[in-house]
Amino acid sequence: MTERILSTGNDAVARAAIYAGCKNYFGYPITPQSEIAHYMARELPKIGGCFLQSEGEYAAAYMLLGAALSGERALTSTSSPGVALMQEPLSMMITAEIPAVVVDTQRLGPGTGTGGQQGQTDYSFVTRGVYGGIHYPVLAPYSVSEIFEFVQLAFHIADKYRVLTMVLTDFILGRMTEYLELKTFAFGPLPEKDWALKGKAHKGGRTDFLLTVTGMMLDIPGFFAHQQEKSNRIIDSETRYETYKAEDADLLIVAYGYTARVSKRAVNMAREQGIKAGLFRPITLWPFPKEALKREALKAGKVLVVEDSPGGLAEDVKSAVEGVSPVHFLGIQARHTASPEGLIFPERILQEVRELL
Amino acid sequence: MSQKTAITKKPICKRPTFRMLPLGFCSGCHYGIIYRLLDEVIQEMGVKGDAICIGGGGCSMIGAMAMDIDTFGGPHGPGAAIASALKRVSPNAFIFAVQGDGEQGAIGLGSFVATAARGENITVITMNNACYGMTGGQLAPTTLLGMVTPTTPEGRDHGMSGYPMHGPELVAPLKGVAYAARGTVHTPANRQKSKKMLKNAFQKQQQRLGFGVVEFLSACPTNWKLSPTDCIQFIEEKMLPEFPLGEFKNIERKE
Ligand SMILES: Cc1ncc(C[n+]2csc(CCOP(=O)(O)OP(=O)(O)O)c2C)c(N)n1
Ligand code: SF4
Repeated sequence: MTERILSTGNDAVARAAIYAGCKNYFGYPITPQSEIAHYMARELPKIGGCFLQSEGEYAAAYMLLGAALSGERALTSTSSPGVALMQEPLSMMITAEIPAVVVDTQRLGPGTGTGGQQGQTDYSFVTRGVYGGIHYPVLAPYSVSEIFEFVQLAFHIADKYRVLTMVLTDFILGRMTEYLELKTFAFGPLPEKDWALKGKAHKGGRTDFLLTVTGMMLDIPGFFAHQQEKSNRIIDSETRYETYKAEDADLLIVAYGYTARVSKRAVNMAREQGIKAGLFRPITLWPFPKEALKREALKAGKVLVVEDSPGGLAEDVKSAVEGVSPVHFLGIQARHTASPEGLIFPERILQEVRELL
Repeated sequence: MSQKTAITKKPICKRPTFRMLPLGFCSGCHYGIIYRLLDEVIQEMGVKGDAICIGGGGCSMIGAMAMDIDTFGGPHGPGAAIASALKRVSPNAFIFAVQGDGEQGAIGLGSFVATAARGENITVITMNNACYGMTGGQLAPTTLLGMVTPTTPEGRDHGMSGYPMHGPELVAPLKGVAYAARGTVHTPANRQKSKKMLKNAFQKQQQRLGFGVVEFLSACPTNWKLSPTDCIQFIEEKMLPEFPLGEFKNIERKE
């Protein structure tokens, strides 16, 4: 029987990693996700794992890389300014095709933002890939149980495609508590990690040289062709989304993360008043479910993006539904107060929906 | 000489086995000698099968590409952090990071000192050529006072850019450090001494005594704009007075 517990989103990240067989965690404290490190510091030593508090996020991501070189699963987690510092190491991991998982419990930016309150300002930053124009998968859960599932899925995707994979949550999701069923998800077979660095005596005398310099191992067109081919496979097989009451909707709300929860509530409130609103929730932010969104937008005829930021998701939505439907936007200006505690409430979304219909 | 001397078949040292030759170093560069010593030592200690090299982002990467062991290379600066994590998840592997003096003393200084302070059971090899080799000889933390580089066109002035930094001496007082030394390879005798230092440092890793660092003085004829032989003189006359050779720390057991 699977165990059912109460867990915060942040603890669910740590639990999921351990359920996925990841015993290695590296990180640097930052609100609102330090609880992930606290959990790992407590639990990993008990199972012979490795917990290491790094000298900063840049080093944490390089430690992630170092651990993943062994072929073992490894995790780091951070929040927005930390992701900024990780850009170089993440780009190295993409180039050398070293799989691992990064969790970004995003907080309001830019800069130090509010010092750790909610916001969804990382969207464009994490979905446009790393420098060099190469993308990595980004999964966006909207509940504690999805965090638990998607962190495990992220490890699977990472190992399947030899690609860095990110899970993007936020302050609200990380800090809220919900029921969670503890179990290991089976996502299917994975290729052997024959590239891992273990010492030649442990791989039949073969040696590997993993290099982060584009074009030295493969020719440059070859490198980009390989990355493109891999991206295409990920787009074909891993694009995920969910719709809610979208079949007969006259207006389609598009949202992810905490604003998707709030939007779902707004859809229910609208339906109670006889207003046909629906929700489209991208689950993979890259690859973005463009085709599916276009189809749904065509049916509804009107799209409203709800996002606690000046607009990142909105750009992807606009490019997906261009020429099909107008795109309206309810962003950070719609918080119920301008203070750090401000949130976009369902009532505000409903008001917008009523104005648009 | 008429009398024939008997040829002994006993090898003095093992042949280096490199994955690719020739190495891509400039002629007269000492990195090739240092990599050869590294290869000899890991062969003589019988750890080649378990060895993993983390090359840096600088000329040290060229040697890492050639070593016939599992290697990773490219990032400029964070070698100590990468090696720390890899060693923690593979405690039986034999792990060393090779770094330029620039990556270690400037961009990677935080990780270098933090790794030493944590007493990570890894070995760091530093190539001190008193400049940024790969990018054209700019000021490095180790650049000598008065030395002309593209970013110190009037010579390094301590008022402008401080004094030369000494990596092994910097971390030697940290409790996590088991071994810290500086050697040079510009004469055969010094090569043998430096080889011994490498062995000592690697033994600390085998005995799990903590962090080890060996810095090598190394000629960079290309950026010093000197002939390989003048480089030897430069090391003798300019480098040695600033960078003393020897062991700054060598502990036999953990406190
Ligand atoms: C993040 C980053 N910054 C800068 C560089 C450019 N860069 C490559 S090698 C190098 C200097 C190398 O000097 P040093 O570390 O002394 O090593 P050497 O080449 O002398 O072995 C620099 C600045 C880089 N590759 N990555
Ligand atoms: S630039 Fe200097 S350090 Fe680099 S290979 Fe040439 S001589 Fe050696």
